[in-house]
Amino acid sequence: MRMLKPVAVPLIAVGLALGIGAIILAVSGANPIEAYGALIDGSLSSQKTVGRTLEKATPLIMGGLAVALAFRAGLFNIGGQGQLVVGGIFSAAVGFGFEGLPWIIHAPMALAVGALAGAAWGSIAGILKATRGAHEVITTIMLNFVALNLTDWLASNPWKDEGILSRTPAVEESALIPLWGSFPTGFLVAVAASIGCWYLLERTNLGFEIRSVGLNGDAARYAGISVQRIIIATMAISGLLAGAGGAIETQGVIGRYEPGFNAGLGFNGITIALLARNHPLGVIPAALLIGAMEAGGSMMQFNADVAPEITDIIEALMLLFVATPIVVRWFFSRQEAAEVSVTAGWGSS
Amino acid sequence: MSDLFIRFRWVILTILVFVFVTLFTAEFQQAQTTAVLASALRQSTPLVFGALCGVMCERSGVVNIGIEGQMLLSAFVGFMVASATGSLIAGILAGMATGALMGAGLAGLSVTLQGDQIIAGTVLNIAAFGISSYFFQQGLTLPSGKTPQVSLGPLADLPVIGRVFFINRPLTYLSLILIWVVWFVLFRTRWGLWTRSVGEVPSAAETVGISVARVRYTNLIAGGCLAGLGGAYLSLEAVGSFERMMTNGRGFVALAVMIFGRWNPIGIWGAALLFGYASAVQTQLQFRGWLADDPQFIGMIPYVVCIVVLAGFVGRARPPAAVGQPYSRE
Amino acid sequence: MPDHLLPLDSPTAVSDPVGVAAPPALEVRGVTKRFGDVLANEDVDFRIERGRVHALLGENGAGKSTLVNIIFGLYQADTGEVRRNGEVVNLNGPRDAIAQQIGMVHQHFQLVPVLSVAENVVLGDEPTRHGVVDLGEAAAVVQRLSERFGLDIDPQSIVEDLPIGIQQRVEILRALYREVDILILDEPTAVLTPQETGHLLEVLRGLADTGVAVVFITHKLREVMAVADEITVMRRGRVVGHTVPADTDESDLASMMVGRPVELRLKRTPASPGDKMLAIVDLVVNDDRQTQALNGINLDVRAGEVVGVAGVEGNGQRELVEAVTGLRGVISGSIILDGEEIAGRPPRQISTMGVAHIPEDREKLGLIGAHTVADNMVLNRYHHRPYSRHGIRRPAAVDDEATRLVEEFDVRPPNIAAMVATLSGGNKQKVVAAREFSHESKVMVAAQPTRGIDIGNIEFIHRRLIEYRDAGMAILLVSAELDEVLGVSDRVAVIYGGRIVSCEPAEGIDRDRVGRLMLSGADG
Repeated sequence: MRMLKPVAVPLIAVGLALGIGAIILAVSGANPIEAYGALIDGSLSSQKTVGRTLEKATPLIMGGLAVALAFRAGLFNIGGQGQLVVGGIFSAAVGFGFEGLPWIIHAPMALAVGALAGAAWGSIAGILKATRGAHEVITTIMLNFVALNLTDWLASNPWKDEGILSRTPAVEESALIPLWGSFPTGFLVAVAASIGCWYLLERTNLGFEIRSVGLNGDAARYAGISVQRIIIATMAISGLLAGAGGAIETQGVIGRYEPGFNAGLGFNGITIALLARNHPLGVIPAALLIGAMEAGGSMMQFNADVAPEITDIIEALMLLFVATPIVVRWFFSRQEAAEVSVTAGWGSS
Repeated sequence: MSDLFIRFRWVILTILVFVFVTLFTAEFQQAQTTAVLASALRQSTPLVFGALCGVMCERSGVVNIGIEGQMLLSAFVGFMVASATGSLIAGILAGMATGALMGAGLAGLSVTLQGDQIIAGTVLNIAAFGISSYFFQQGLTLPSGKTPQVSLGPLADLPVIGRVFFINRPLTYLSLILIWVVWFVLFRTRWGLWTRSVGEVPSAAETVGISVARVRYTNLIAGGCLAGLGGAYLSLEAVGSFERMMTNGRGFVALAVMIFGRWNPIGIWGAALLFGYASAVQTQLQFRGWLADDPQFIGMIPYVVCIVVLAGFVGRARPPAAVGQPYSRE
Repeated sequence: MPDHLLPLDSPTAVSDPVGVAAPPALEVRGVTKRFGDVLANEDVDFRIERGRVHALLGENGAGKSTLVNIIFGLYQADTGEVRRNGEVVNLNGPRDAIAQQIGMVHQHFQLVPVLSVAENVVLGDEPTRHGVVDLGEAAAVVQRLSERFGLDIDPQSIVEDLPIGIQQRVEILRALYREVDILILDEPTAVLTPQETGHLLEVLRGLADTGVAVVFITHKLREVMAVADEITVMRRGRVVGHTVPADTDESDLASMMVGRPVELRLKRTPASPGDKMLAIVDLVVNDDRQTQALNGINLDVRAGEVVGVAGVEGNGQRELVEAVTGLRGVISGSIILDGEEIAGRPPRQISTMGVAHIPEDREKLGLIGAHTVADNMVLNRYHHRPYSRHGIRRPAAVDDEATRLVEEFDVRPPNIAAMVATLSGGNKQKVVAAREFSHESKVMVAAQPTRGIDIGNIEFIHRRLIEYRDAGMAILLVSAELDEVLGVSDRVAVIYGGRIVSCEPAEGIDRDRVGRLMLSGADG
């Protein structure tokens, strides 16, 4: 039982969430079997819907990694959404702003600029925490609102497309991350990022420093690690991942930045990171699960006449069961519940 | 008294500057100044409710990051109930009950199960968002309209102040009373002493026979009622309908207000008025057509102010020592 | 509100000189308590009589604290019973214990630092008027109580501003306010000077004379012999002996406590000091609240000597250690390490230049509990070769070093892949010591190096300190245990109010004089 726990807790959490979701569906007058059938239909039934699931999962992996990595340093990055839209619009700017570049240069360049823009946005919260002690939970949320206003302004003023809509022009073809059949190649970038995060955390000195700061900041400082530097670096890498997620969305899915740009990430990054128990490789299956629900949501509305917001409730339930000690207390012994605490205290900086 | 002045000098100074500027402008633009001030008070009201919820929770040692969700779901339930029953009072009570229930949920997760408090609060936020979106039906209205305006007789005739403070709607008056009630409870009563000791050194409270769990549950539920009032204020008093995500980050701004107000209800009032003033000025700017082409910059103001305040003050204010840590005896 | 002017000396104190008829004030029978795999108390019997001071003696981890926490209702026994005046009582929380007039002074003071003395004393049982706490009445009660028991305290002062010894009086007052019959003190003298200890023992004697049953937990034999009427000794969760001072002596008690004969004195050769390795000159450092904690300290440590810093906690020791190791900024003055200025440099640089540091709080500072023993063994050298290259870690090299150190320092269990948090206190401290001694540093700063560990491990650490001294290391020892400072050091410096008030050879030093210096900064 002990060995199975890392996998068992998320699985039980998902099962419970789907079960309660079914009850909510039934109570609100829908047929749960039909609804879940439509959900699977819309996400896994054909090559095309699987491709769509992978497409949805890609930014979710990046957003999940952003949260998971920050958690490992004891930081709670709720700002994935803001970092993602900033990354998205900057990659769009590079994408439509340069003409005639070969694909091998243009696409990576747009991706890199988007990622760096996300990193810069993420590091603001890191700097405020490291130098001023402002808690990242509030600053990252506030920065989300600022980012949404800022990208909205950019898309309706300097980088506005012709026409009435507040959106950027379409990116050049040379900046697109192409589909390979119905398989979105951006997904491979996300998988590579997961492996990269795992390597960073487990095999590098920086990863050791990040984990040490996350587990015991005072001891890390005693050991000569600059806690401030690690906080800023972690938030920058976290933002880099989310920003890259936004860039992939721009270059691989939408083709430009427009209002409502992947509003779907929301708090999903947190759910995914916690389902994965903050393990970078665990983020992939967790993101696929949420991605499938997102992809199948519209089919559910179409076939079973269920509002797609039910997936928000199911995701909240998953988070409830995986992030709090409920499942551990119910299914495992009491003492093991103590491991759940992941974030650093409020007043500490 | 001088002690109080030193502790809140930044809040007091900022308010004095605003008052001075306002009085100065009031000389030649009384109507507009009054409008801005009245709007500041209205904008500050949900922040007061939210921050009072925060202070009840944090003084007992529990971080409540879920105020946003409590306000959102209370706004939703309050509106639905008022819309269905036609009774505003039923709506307000339903809002309070929703907030209280969510407070109890947060207590269950963080006190009984000793889970991570910030994650527990995040769960509240996401759940509130999901539930209010899924069950929301477009096109519902309030048969009785918004809560009515009540003017307090002769007080309302005072120049400037009368229009700002004494012609308001019931929940706004209630928020002004609750500031002092919460202050009194926290700093003068036995319960307040217990709350503060539980929030500082829970084991010390436990060794003199105070039940940490009971204090935290009670405060989280009471705080939930306050956040619920904040939600009801938004849907039943300020707007008169429910919109998705209508809290728009106010629950988080309320936390910044609480920190800026140094975990003290009176400080919180000052800080909330400051934020309310920033929002009122924002509305006024839009009204006058300044930055008309770039409304996004005006939209950022409250959030940027919030970040600046946090960055400037959080390090200097001292939170209750036990905030964020689950407590267990063994 | 109970009336606090009633005399505490109830007739029960002297009513029954023979002691057959009346049951003991409190009796524990067959108590067993388990925490996970650890058996903290095993079939423990323990009797407390009115009007007597009962010393509960044992090493760290012997189960004393567990036993008194059961009596105070903080823990519940797995089996066995607690009888109060002969009747079985259920103590499910401190509230129940308080109702039984049991009071406790905790080892880690259970006070709220931001509240006043009066608020702390009445907390949980406040005088109120119409639901409002009557702080005037509270202050008056505290004033009366403190006068009556000779505990001089200002009820209005804020607890965090008070010295440790006074904070302890607040804890005692809190018990007296509740008119306890049984007062338990958990390691009350750990942080006191000899003079403060003397005063405390007098207060305890006085309380016992009024009929209170006093339980006094300690591992200090001298105090036991001085004040106890009865002695119970615990070892590894069991009661291993019960006696009275007249029938025993210190070395007997020590053997009973440890389970084998012990050397009470550290065997050591005289030091042969060499060059000046560490020179602290006019050092000024602030504490966390930005008030001056060190007011121009001067102190030298030579190669091959141990300089011990004695002092009551909170007189600048922590700031001194943190400034020397780079964890705290320096306002002015200098710290010279073997001819080089290190004041104000970052911790990593100072460590690389040759300052090792055993921190006072190994759990909070010295170790990362969720890392493995191996990772903790290289916690401040992971970035050096061979443990990593070009930023990439080399686990094999880390494991080799850790295996060597675990063997050399006899860390148990010898499993380098175990999480450090699973080790006992003594073994955790060995991990810290192994890591710090293995640096081959010039200077070792050892802060409270034996706090909370058992005698076997204390001996081990002390022997290592002397060995490394003999190998030429300069050792700055900071300890709240005066006996440790006097026993291990070659020179003893006394710190008081952020100044070194005396520094002299340890040989033939007068213990009482050092105590007076610790207490008042002056000799006499």
